[in-house]
Amino acid sequence: MVNEGAAATHDVLLVGGGAAGLRAAIAIAETNPSLSVAVVSKVYPMRSHTVSAEGGAAGAIAADDTLDEHAYDTVSGSDWLCDQDAVEAFVQEAPRELLQLEHWGCPWSREPSGRVAVRAFGGMKNMRTWFAADKTGFHMLHTLFQTSLKYPDVTRYDEWFVTRLLVDDGRVHGVVAIELMTGRIEVINAKSVVLCNGGSGKVFPFTTNANICTGDGMALAYRAGAPLKDMEFVQYHPTGLPFTGILITEAARAEGGWLLNKDGYRYLQDYDLGRPEPTPVLRSMELGPRDRLSQAFVHEVEKGRTIESPYGPIVHLDLRHLGEKLIDLKLPMVRELCLNYERIDPVKELIPVRPVVHYMMGGVHTDIDGATPIGGLFAAGETACVTINGANRLGSNSLPECLVFGARAGKAAAEYAASARPPSPAVMRQAQDEVRRLDQMRSADEGTERIADIREEMQSTMEDSAGIFRSGDSLTKGVDRLADLQQRLQHVQISDETRVFNTEVVAALELANMLDIAETILQSALQREESRGAHQRTDFTARDDKRFLNHALAYRESDGSPRVERMPVTITRWPPGERVYGR
Amino acid sequence: MADSIQMHVTRYDPDRDTAPTVTEYEVPLRKDWAILDGLNYVKDHVDGSLSYRWSCRMGICGSCGMNVDGQPKLTCATFLTDYAPGPIRVEPLTNFPVVRDLVVDIEDFMGKLPRVKPWIIRDDDQSVIDGEYLQTPEELEEYQQFSNCINCMLCYAACPVYGLEPDFIGPAAIALAERYDLDSRDRGQRERLDVLIEREGVWGCTFVGECTRVCPKHVDPAGAIQRYKLKAAKENVMAFLLPRGAR
Repeated sequence: MVNEGAAATHDVLLVGGGAAGLRAAIAIAETNPSLSVAVVSKVYPMRSHTVSAEGGAAGAIAADDTLDEHAYDTVSGSDWLCDQDAVEAFVQEAPRELLQLEHWGCPWSREPSGRVAVRAFGGMKNMRTWFAADKTGFHMLHTLFQTSLKYPDVTRYDEWFVTRLLVDDGRVHGVVAIELMTGRIEVINAKSVVLCNGGSGKVFPFTTNANICTGDGMALAYRAGAPLKDMEFVQYHPTGLPFTGILITEAARAEGGWLLNKDGYRYLQDYDLGRPEPTPVLRSMELGPRDRLSQAFVHEVEKGRTIESPYGPIVHLDLRHLGEKLIDLKLPMVRELCLNYERIDPVKELIPVRPVVHYMMGGVHTDIDGATPIGGLFAAGETACVTINGANRLGSNSLPECLVFGARAGKAAAEYAASARPPSPAVMRQAQDEVRRLDQMRSADEGTERIADIREEMQSTMEDSAGIFRSGDSLTKGVDRLADLQQRLQHVQISDETRVFNTEVVAALELANMLDIAETILQSALQREESRGAHQRTDFTARDDKRFLNHALAYRESDGSPRVERMPVTITRWPPGERVYGR
Repeated sequence: MADSIQMHVTRYDPDRDTAPTVTEYEVPLRKDWAILDGLNYVKDHVDGSLSYRWSCRMGICGSCGMNVDGQPKLTCATFLTDYAPGPIRVEPLTNFPVVRDLVVDIEDFMGKLPRVKPWIIRDDDQSVIDGEYLQTPEELEEYQQFSNCINCMLCYAACPVYGLEPDFIGPAAIALAERYDLDSRDRGQRERLDVLIEREGVWGCTFVGECTRVCPKHVDPAGAIQRYKLKAAKENVMAFLLPRGAR
């Protein structure tokens, strides 16, 4: 129950305990030790989805590499929709952040000399991707989590689910959250709040994303009045295992893996991505960007050159020529995942793969310090859209993004907290409204709609209407279907009346979050009448810089529907040009 | 192959039950389905109140550990067909207080983890601007397997000592201490040994080796404990021979 006197109060509250949240927490603990910092997360921090990242983290350190080249690769990879001031800050700070992780103990793979090793990655012109075998996200997350334990003053709310941001007078004042272990609903007051609780891949049926990736941070900000930016840009990773959607890292191709169609043909050569060479060529063929590779797959399906499987068409990823030794050294998790989940050995067999939803380029609109338009509200990591990713993120840019902008947002939130006023009585009323809403939800046994049914229909709607290729027609149909699902959500059934660890209530709240996110994706996609990066319209097949070299900002209207506004892209040094790969 | 299999799942609702009960569910038996897919089928289509943790579904987040036919397993990486024709017994991990259904309370471990100081300790913090601490592939190899612990708690569920002596700091925490001890960048061996040399440190272990056997990530906590016992024994001899300041 909300009890005004008992509510916890912190200076800075981080919502989410993955790479961005923990990096922010440590940044504040180190630079402003007098501030009260707390991390609230719906899972224990080391369970966060950062853990699943595999291939690596980009940061230019090699002698033959430059910051400008990393910036250019990122800008061209984004199809010029990124903000170049953000990219310049990002490439400059990424190496330092990765070195910081090294000092904190991250087990980066090494050269014989003892220096940190780097590998090739898709869309990158130089070798600049740091890696810890192919468990980079896992090692980064555990390094951050374990290092955060050095700071016992960082308060943790593990397994608390945030249901609402408390915003009054244009400023954030805290959150309402459910403690899963007890079912208690509590107010956590804070002078500033940083949303760093990940992406929303679960709005789609087939995704590499964990079950927890339900867009909670995006939905919290959106409902509080902050706009979601560039939501139409959904990244399909070209190589997921069928059925499970488990990611087979791009590093598999960076180490020399080939994509083959049913004829054993390296089909990417037919899609303006370069000529097939026996060894990997940077920014070419299998090392092209993810959007282009996933689009090529769809064309192969249309030509009848893919392989049928119980889970739809697939192609093959061939690692056999790399040999057991290299696979075990550089790609141990790929082998482990294939053996465990497909019962095949990539040393001897072809890996069946298909494109799979992997990452949201869009997210909560922030500036270069993670600040949203709401006072005291910040965002970082996949939740946020700064944006360095524009219309297509390059592989291995997301992990350093969490570090660079997690640290920046943490510091900015700490500064903001120093100036903030105490919360107004209106905030307490909001909190009490929220408690009433949650209590009603927890006794919604008379509902008639199953959570799983609505979720599955939402997911198939998204795949049908906003997949790798979209059209005005498919998107309009999708918008209607989602409106219907929003109505059905009002009659959702919650059979679980127990307070303790009630995962059904959480699932219903996550579903509500996802439906809101899904609507912004479709509406933003519908209004972008061009093809750019990961957003490919069959009815508007060309990039249209004249009308659409700008961001989409989706605001929530009072009736719940999204209103899309446009905002200019920041261009500093790289005017829009053609994206060239393999030539 | 039959087209369905029975799962016998432990249910426990602290608001209503005085003791756990078992509920039988019939779930589709599919080649690709893990135990977790069976549980998700129950939650989505049969009983939405079934409670359990899961997230990544690729054996790396460490959330979904449960006892399957009496053995601690990651349920996302354990397949229904391996238990055909069934029934399959699914229970919460042993040695932990049960919160609800298949959810256990791991706060004890979360409290123990910081005690072994699982972070790099140095007295000469080199600036990041000066670049990385050098570490050869051979030096990395020294500790790498211990760094693969996903904190899934299977080793605590398998550990007979932890079952009897809840104060025992336990396999995963000791493996992580050893992970930092063996890291060429670290100088914190002394501080960790001070913790692990205590009664509830390594001495509780009776070398059953179950922790290593059940580890889904091929970490060897039993090996780590053995190494610590040697270090601790050596330390005791030194303590006998030399006053503390000289060590």
